[in-house]
Amino acid sequence: MTAPAIAQGPAPLLAVENLKRHYVTRGFLGRGSYTVKAVDGISFAIARGETFGLVGESGSGKSTTGRLVLRLEEPSAGRVRFDGADITALPQSALKPVRRRMQIVFQDPYAALNPRMTVGDFVAEPLIVHGLAPARSEREDRVAALFRKVGLDPRFAGRYPHQFSGGQRQRVGIARAIALEPDLIVADEPITALDVSIQAQIVNLFQDLQEEHGLAYLFIAHDLSMVRYLCRRVAVMWRGRIVELGPTDAIFEDARHPYTRSLLSSVPIPDPDQERGRQPLPFDPDALRHAPDQPMVEVGAGHFVLA
Amino acid sequence: MGARGFFRALAASKAGMIGAGLVALFVLLCAAAPLLPVPEPTQSNLRARLMPPTLSWDAIGAHPLGTDNIGRDMLSRILYGGQLTLAIGAAAVVLGGFVGVLLGILAGFRGGITDRILMRLVDIQLAFPLMLLALIVAAALGPSVRNLIIVLALTSWTRYARIVRGQTLALREREFVQSARAIAASPWRIMTRHILPNVMTPALVVATLELARVIILEAALSFLGLGVQPPWPSWGRMLAEGRTYMASAWWIAAFPGLAIMLTVLSVNLLGDWLRDYFDPKLR
Amino acid sequence: MSALLDVRGLRVRFDTPGGTVHAVNDVSYTLADGETLGVVGESGSGKSVHVLAMLGLIPRPPGRIEAGEVIFAGRDLLRLSEAELRDVRGGEIGIIFQDPMTALNPVLTVGRQIAEPLMRHRGLSRARAWARAAELLELVGIADPGRRLAQYPHQFSGGMRQRVMIAIAIACDPKLLIADEPTTALDVTVQAQILRLVRDLKARMGMSVIWITHDMGVVAGIADAVQVMYGGRIVERGPVRAIFKDPRNAYTWGLLRALPDHGRRSHRRLHQIEGQPPDLTLPPEGDPFAPRNPFATPRCFTETPPLVPAADAAPGHLVAAWYDLPRLLAEREGAR
Repeated sequence: MTAPAIAQGPAPLLAVENLKRHYVTRGFLGRGSYTVKAVDGISFAIARGETFGLVGESGSGKSTTGRLVLRLEEPSAGRVRFDGADITALPQSALKPVRRRMQIVFQDPYAALNPRMTVGDFVAEPLIVHGLAPARSEREDRVAALFRKVGLDPRFAGRYPHQFSGGQRQRVGIARAIALEPDLIVADEPITALDVSIQAQIVNLFQDLQEEHGLAYLFIAHDLSMVRYLCRRVAVMWRGRIVELGPTDAIFEDARHPYTRSLLSSVPIPDPDQERGRQPLPFDPDALRHAPDQPMVEVGAGHFVLA
Repeated sequence: MGARGFFRALAASKAGMIGAGLVALFVLLCAAAPLLPVPEPTQSNLRARLMPPTLSWDAIGAHPLGTDNIGRDMLSRILYGGQLTLAIGAAAVVLGGFVGVLLGILAGFRGGITDRILMRLVDIQLAFPLMLLALIVAAALGPSVRNLIIVLALTSWTRYARIVRGQTLALREREFVQSARAIAASPWRIMTRHILPNVMTPALVVATLELARVIILEAALSFLGLGVQPPWPSWGRMLAEGRTYMASAWWIAAFPGLAIMLTVLSVNLLGDWLRDYFDPKLR
Repeated sequence: MSALLDVRGLRVRFDTPGGTVHAVNDVSYTLADGETLGVVGESGSGKSVHVLAMLGLIPRPPGRIEAGEVIFAGRDLLRLSEAELRDVRGGEIGIIFQDPMTALNPVLTVGRQIAEPLMRHRGLSRARAWARAAELLELVGIADPGRRLAQYPHQFSGGMRQRVMIAIAIACDPKLLIADEPTTALDVTVQAQILRLVRDLKARMGMSVIWITHDMGVVAGIADAVQVMYGGRIVERGPVRAIFKDPRNAYTWGLLRALPDHGRRSHRRLHQIEGQPPDLTLPPEGDPFAPRNPFATPRCFTETPPLVPAADAAPGHLVAAWYDLPRLLAEREGAR
């Protein structure tokens, strides 16, 4: 089974084929150079309305993948297809209609908002850029509707980001992301920086929006319990590669890759009886080498492992 | 916000009020000099040379701050000199700041070849001796107030450009800028709406420091005959001319020096307040 | 077990331009010898600030300790001079922070940073301090300690740096180890290793531990007792099983319910705690959680509940609540 085959679902919304992002770092005075393979040939597909989880640890390449999909960063090789069209080589100017259909929500609600712009202007900006509500009053109505949709009081539109709590800021970021009514949202660790009591609010909001608008999510996370809860399918990234991909239940109950097993066994369980019996499986990263052209093997229905 | 909010915020800050009040006072006094009962600044009176400042009643009417070495009234020269000095300083700071902020944002945001060219330009500018630059401009364009402003702005823009570029490089990676790219906002929009407002704070800090530097620099250039031409006074020229008489007639250098100091101080107070005013967190 | 640490009525304030922040409000508790206490709460709950305050680690001003006593091994820490406190920190009390990179000095070798407190607090000679430093690195699971001692912090990975921090913290055989979110910035596989390391060290050295975290899973594994904080107050405290199986405060209950079920893929909607954390510059009257609490009674809005033993609960299970949560939950269940 070749890698691109994994990306061929029945007319997926997003298909990523053999995507790579390599950084070349030059040594002092240009002497010597080495290549960092942040993303090293990954393939997956996301169907309309699906929540696809991408998990991995820091440095695994999962956030870079999200940025590559949105063309916020340029891939070194491979393809990104959105709704059947290859967007990998489109010039930035031709990307505008595509950008309207895919958006991003970031991890850090503090860095994600412009501190010098009112949150109302921030949410209205995509409407202005795409000429969707040229009249001021119409725009204000739409911003107010977006605020209500994400559970914010529209009267707060004239305030600045620092006047909001972390959870409220994340709602502002989500309002901006859905302003263009996209088909896909890349959610890059959207709840990691939030307090536990607020995380559930945001996760529920994501699900409500999905139900209402048929959104698809690329949900990037390292919190595996939330991924298990939210996602229909999951891909596990390790050192720039997807080492395992499959239906959530298959991954969580029948993990095949040693890294996936170690990762799953490391998650603390919020129950003293279970947690005290938990034995994390060790994993020796140096003992594992994947050949650059190593294929993924299908071990179950839609369940692939980098053997 | 608007003008009313601006003045209400200003009224609430003691330091801001003092700074703004003094700046306004200096500007008004200098601008109103022709309306005040003072002699012409260029009118010399060889019988009243080197008169010290005095508080005695009959002398106050004539020369309260004394006279210089050819008997010109010091008060009048300070007021008229202030016109030139403040105008030149403000123009140089605004021009240098405008160019510097613009090119700094451009270099930081575009990166690559644009950045390399602009930053080499900054290096060349900084490596170029100031006096040589002033001489070249004076020789090529002739000494004039306009050319003086150009020279001063040329020495100034690099400082804004460097700091603003550094800030822009950091801002460019910030998530709200990424998010602006994700909604297909134009580079112009990103630079003006997302980057410019966030580099205004450091740019303002540089501007208040630059005003002081530019005033002093104007003095040096005018002293060398590359700036304001005699007999018209500027604070810098007066300071430079007074140096010779430091031991015998201290007031010739002291009053322009005091004027420069007070101006710089009040501009700094105002600048500090403006910086806080532009920061929504502190409002 | 006798009390190693006795905190009484600790009250911490921060004077900011926006008003006085009531960061810690009348926090009282005891920690027994050899006990591991998990302190849980969200940002602004006071879980970290109250510990930093008792160690003299909050900037003053804007911070100030308005009231309280912290009796540690017979002395009131709040009455000690800065020099005496420095001896306590890194001596009898070891501390690990969330971000080891900012806690370690980047221009000193790791060996020097471990050896220094040993020379300072224990009066060891340089050679003996370095030998002990090598032993400590080995103890925290760093291979080839001789070579590693001569290296600088940037040459260590995040997890390894946290091990170095632990080595520094336990260098002087502390009676108490305070860990302030030490695994929050680490990957889960590394977190699992650090948790096991601390459990092993504790078993070997018998110290008490205060483990501050927002992660209920971590607490479930490491703590003997759990203390839940909200709005600068302790809202519940008890043996770990009691807190997880029989929570009596609506906030604790809500936190546990807000987590996805482990091991089951049920698609119940996540229970969400409505509203936002309290603004501590305007602390609400009464129970700080009342505005977000679906079980709140009128009294919750006017009077702050004291932390008292919960009715029909495990020994040592304390709760601050005017309502009887098990009864309310049973009624709700019955109504369905």
